[in-house]
Amino acid sequence: MNSSKKVEVLVGALFLMAILAFVFLALNVSNFSGLSSNKGYKVTAQFNNIGGLSTKAKVTMSGVTVGRVTAISYDKKSFRAVVTMTIDPSFDYLPEDSQASIYTAGLLGEQYISLETGAEDASLTEGSNISLTQSAVVLEEIIGKLLVSFTTK
Amino acid sequence: MSGLINFLQRLGAFIIDGMAGLGRSVTFLISVLMGFKDVLLRPRLLIREIYSVGVLSLLIIFFSAIFVGMVVSLLGYTILVDFGGEESLGLLVALTLVRELAPVLGALLFSGRAGSAVTAEIGLMKATEQLASMEMMAVDPIRRIVAPRFFAGLISLPILTIIFMAVGVYSGYLVGSEWKGVDAGSFWSQIQNKVEFRHDIINGIIKSIVFAFVVTWIAVYQGYHAMPTSEGVSKATTNSVVYSALAILGLDFVLTAMMFAS
Repeated sequence: MNSSKKVEVLVGALFLMAILAFVFLALNVSNFSGLSSNKGYKVTAQFNNIGGLSTKAKVTMSGVTVGRVTAISYDKKSFRAVVTMTIDPSFDYLPEDSQASIYTAGLLGEQYISLETGAEDASLTEGSNISLTQSAVVLEEIIGKLLVSFTTK
Repeated sequence: MSGLINFLQRLGAFIIDGMAGLGRSVTFLISVLMGFKDVLLRPRLLIREIYSVGVLSLLIIFFSAIFVGMVVSLLGYTILVDFGGEESLGLLVALTLVRELAPVLGALLFSGRAGSAVTAEIGLMKATEQLASMEMMAVDPIRRIVAPRFFAGLISLPILTIIFMAVGVYSGYLVGSEWKGVDAGSFWSQIQNKVEFRHDIINGIIKSIVFAFVVTWIAVYQGYHAMPTSEGVSKATTNSVVYSALAILGLDFVLTAMMFAS
């Protein structure tokens, strides 16, 4: 093997390694899932208080992730927070009267939305609104309530 | 009074020198970039330079990636285990490597390993009047010597950074999972949940492209404008590494603030 060929082979090997490393990063080290990441139908829900909920937070049912929070805005008329969730299209059978609650994962973990199934036959579709909601638990409020109940005794 | 005038004169001379240096380096950069078509016409030159700049730097990048990944993993485990959060170890290792350590350390090592070599090579060519004799033969040394080295560096460093990221994360996984006993499933799932391909990995690669541009620019400029003496070449090589390191660290803060601060 002459030296010019050796150089070319080694440069080729370097590029191949880079491509393999890039594929490893894309598939194993990040949540890259092609271009289909935004697929799904959008559902909105109004909350009095969303606490520390942020976009890309999980939406779960019985602990199974069924979607992500895609947008958070504020409704001027009802003075409540509007959370838009994108639900995976394979979960298209969620009852219309499902309840959305904001919970915290673990003691100090991040906040997520949990859906509890209702009993209606009609199911949630693109643009539906979840009317039954339960706001995030704010620690200060609980402490305030506790203090009130202690002092009124 | 004369002291004030002397001070003003020195300040003015400093500013004029600085502006002249900036102008020289920018016009030099433009003429190097104009050599892109010559590099495309003779890809063999580019491949030879990618070999000497990229392939030969692979070993040091590989070893530093292994040890950096292991150290970050070990240190992160020690801290996280106190809070019962050792499942987040994967996230810690992946984010620190992908966002900061791989682009910055890769560029620093690259400037030490390859940038200094390019500066010394071009500077010595100038000192031994090889560049002048090329000009005598109507061969433009910027297009024949400088441009292939510049573009080879620009291509090699992002590639080395990608390899740094992958090797670092994997060695962090080996320490965390095989030695410290963090659950492998939660290690990877935390990473996949929180590390975003476009926001984290692509921005890390963009960082390394910026660093590659700056490091190779400094290296070829210092070499081409070195004093044609042995002392001048040694000074140019030192300057190349020192300026590159300062530029990398300063730019890294600016880029991090722009990319990840919000």
